Amino acid sequence: MSARLPRDVHPVAWWLWAIGLATAASLTTNPLVLMLLIGVATVVVMARRSDQPWARSFRLYVWLGVAIVVLRVVFRLVFGGSYPGTVLFDLPRIPLPDWVLGVSLLGPVTLEALLAGLYDGLRLATIVICIGAANALANPKRLLRSVPPALYEIGTALVVAVTVLPQFADSVRRVRAAQSLRAGETGRVRRLRRFVVPVMEDALERSLALAAGMDARGYGRAAGLTAAQRRTTGALMLAGLCGVCVGVYALLDLTAPRFLALPMLGLGVVVAVAGLVSAGRRVERTRYRPDRWRWPELAVVASGVAVGVVGWWVNGHQLLIAYPDLSTAPEISMVALVGGLLGAAAAAAAPPPREVAA
Amino acid sequence: MIELRDITFGYDERPVLAGVDLTIDDGELVLVSGPTGVGKSTLLGVVTGLVPRFSGGTLSGDLLLDGVSILRTAPRDRAHVVGYVGQDPAAGFVTDTVEEELAYGMEQLGLAPESMRRRVEETLDLLGIAELRHRDLRTLSGGQQQRVAIGSVLTTHPRLLVLDEPTSALDPTAAEDVLATLTRLVHDLGVSVLVAEHRLERVVPFADRMCLLTGDGRVQVGTPAELLAHSPVVPPIVDLGRAAGWDPLPLTVREARREARALDLTPPPQPTLVAAPAALTARRVTVSHGHTVAVRELDLTLGAGLVTALMGRNGSGKSSLLWALQGTGRRQHGSITTSDADPARLEAAQRRNVVGLLPQNASDLLYLETVDEECAAGGAGTRAILDRLVPGIPGDSHPRDLSEGQRLALALALVLVARPHVVLLDEPTRGLDYAAKRSLSGILRALADDGHAVLVATHDVEFTALAADEVVVMAEGEVVSSGPVRRVVAESPAFAPQVTKVLGAPWLLVDEVVAALETA
Repeated sequence: MSARLPRDVHPVAWWLWAIGLATAASLTTNPLVLMLLIGVATVVVMARRSDQPWARSFRLYVWLGVAIVVLRVVFRLVFGGSYPGTVLFDLPRIPLPDWVLGVSLLGPVTLEALLAGLYDGLRLATIVICIGAANALANPKRLLRSVPPALYEIGTALVVAVTVLPQFADSVRRVRAAQSLRAGETGRVRRLRRFVVPVMEDALERSLALAAGMDARGYGRAAGLTAAQRRTTGALMLAGLCGVCVGVYALLDLTAPRFLALPMLGLGVVVAVAGLVSAGRRVERTRYRPDRWRWPELAVVASGVAVGVVGWWVNGHQLLIAYPDLSTAPEISMVALVGGLLGAAAAAAAPPPREVAA
Repeated sequence: MIELRDITFGYDERPVLAGVDLTIDDGELVLVSGPTGVGKSTLLGVVTGLVPRFSGGTLSGDLLLDGVSILRTAPRDRAHVVGYVGQDPAAGFVTDTVEEELAYGMEQLGLAPESMRRRVEETLDLLGIAELRHRDLRTLSGGQQQRVAIGSVLTTHPRLLVLDEPTSALDPTAAEDVLATLTRLVHDLGVSVLVAEHRLERVVPFADRMCLLTGDGRVQVGTPAELLAHSPVVPPIVDLGRAAGWDPLPLTVREARREARALDLTPPPQPTLVAAPAALTARRVTVSHGHTVAVRELDLTLGAGLVTALMGRNGSGKSSLLWALQGTGRRQHGSITTSDADPARLEAAQRRNVVGLLPQNASDLLYLETVDEECAAGGAGTRAILDRLVPGIPGDSHPRDLSEGQRLALALALVLVARPHVVLLDEPTRGLDYAAKRSLSGILRALADDGHAVLVATHDVEFTALAADEVVVMAEGEVVSSGPVRRVVAESPAFAPQVTKVLGAPWLLVDEVVAALETA
């Protein structure tokens, strides 16, 4: 049972789980299913988030979701003038000039228009909340750090960029306060200069200090690659990426020849993975206490994938459950209910988070 | 172990180092010293390889590691031999928790996971930071950050540790902790240490050898006692020894005490403090950032014509208090009265005329290309004030090219041109050498004599002794002691300057001892 001792679950597992939930949410407008998914995501976050700063971001995503729903409904009110159905109340229609043909403001408000807005907004809000759940459960920086060794440089650059943002905000605040302590130009453009020059100088100095610090600690030591090896790796990566691009394009454009679609995509992925492996094998770097894949990670991913698969099945086979009629109360099927609840299994499977003394 | 041979470095026509020879042996602590701007950081950079790669300039001569030249080796390929900790440790952090930061260097070197784990645990214990292992690096105090930065280069087991001003941002106690850690590394692990430091009084007792940059690009190398006899920059204790004619010069407080027993001095006359009219009165001022209370119901009176020093460990709320007194920082409770109005109720432009503040990072105030443009933007009279503070700064020079002290004076002139009655300074002594500190203390004294009330936040006990009339010591947002500088310094040994430590309570400054010696 050592896999269930308090520890951090692999960040990739949480993200795959969240993507499964988001997929299910994107394939339905049934408010009952969507609320179920939001509920499941919330329960898992509450049960398994740590007390680190990023874990508190979940609330922000919930508020963002609420804002999305409200906005959608308001838009339907303002622009959805001619939606047929039960009229709830009549607002005066505001005529618009000819060049915005087909758009009208206000007008009679129907129950169906509001419900359509509500369902639609709820779908988007659920997707956002699922992403928020992943963010709260897994440190985004640790996710970046689990990229394959060949992409390590890019991962580090992203980590640094993420770190620099709060420092930048801090620097802006400091300079603004400092500039108020002295007299100087007050014109619109010149005042901007007063403000931008010290902030930029500060940012530049910081980046140089960081670059010097990283270099002095061995970042980017020569990995002993020969020119031929480097060329092979580069060629493999490029060919792989081209293959993936062509494959995705053909998959979406139904007029393209079919042999360019899935086969090309598959081939591209295989070549790109070969490139990554070839580059990664020659990297001399090691990783300190890497996150490990054990059965709880697999269970978390499985629960997310199960939710996604059930959502996809409902979308194909129970059309009225996935996209309920606006004129009647929505219903939920046994399959959809059980499918949604499967997501909560992640909370049971994942070990509790590590306690961190503040 | 590491040998610099005839190292010469310069930017275009301006030479910085000329024919420097220096050998660093195993298990030795070498102190690099000299006035501001003579190239101490450059010398350290040559050893780490960051100069000329990150600075530009031309470098000649040779750098040998066990007889093999590494002059053209990139810093990253020296990382397993040379560990470097910069002036601001927080600027060099790559990861976000202590444990990951300690492991970062080893990951780059490709060490096996088991030895990484072992070394991280050893280093956590060695530096006494085991309880910080999961902490976010940005939430650590200055002293803790410095120790983590040292730890993060130690894990790769370098043979030489290079530190640039490791204690300049630290309060006296944290500085002693960091220095004790360094000595322990030298003694227990046999690591060599090359350290540049302005505040010699902190480091000299620990140094095996000194490397003194004389200003013409050359260096003198020798034992601290030899070099300090003639050095232009010396700690107060050596000044005292020179004045009293002690030979050999004492380098530690203990040695000096033994010598001082022979001295028979009449105590200095106690200056009678006249009650100064209050220029600023703060009552029950409270500042909190979220759940942390930075300043808690604090009472403070600043007398016109007095210089008050504000001391306390890193994070004790000094900066928050200064910004609240200035009026920009929001206070939750309390009142501030000045001769004009509560500064918090004024517009920024009027606030400047009441309370002036020189922030910790003085260059945040500057944004133009030349000193003349800055003075013109500051308003009529700025140049005159600047010339009175530090005469002879060329008007066409770029503010970033000025020395630390000159840049500070320029920023101070821009603040003073609004003619505030109260002047607040936040850590102005960072990066200043003894001469610059002495002239800053003269500037503050002149301001006070003009009737200004001056409050200066500082970690530097020697500067406090030199410049202040009164001292306020803060801890956890509250005042723990306040009063005339002699009394406070006598009460808390941690804030006592070296002369007080050697000679006992009423003595504060070397100048007083010199005067007493002359009359005796």
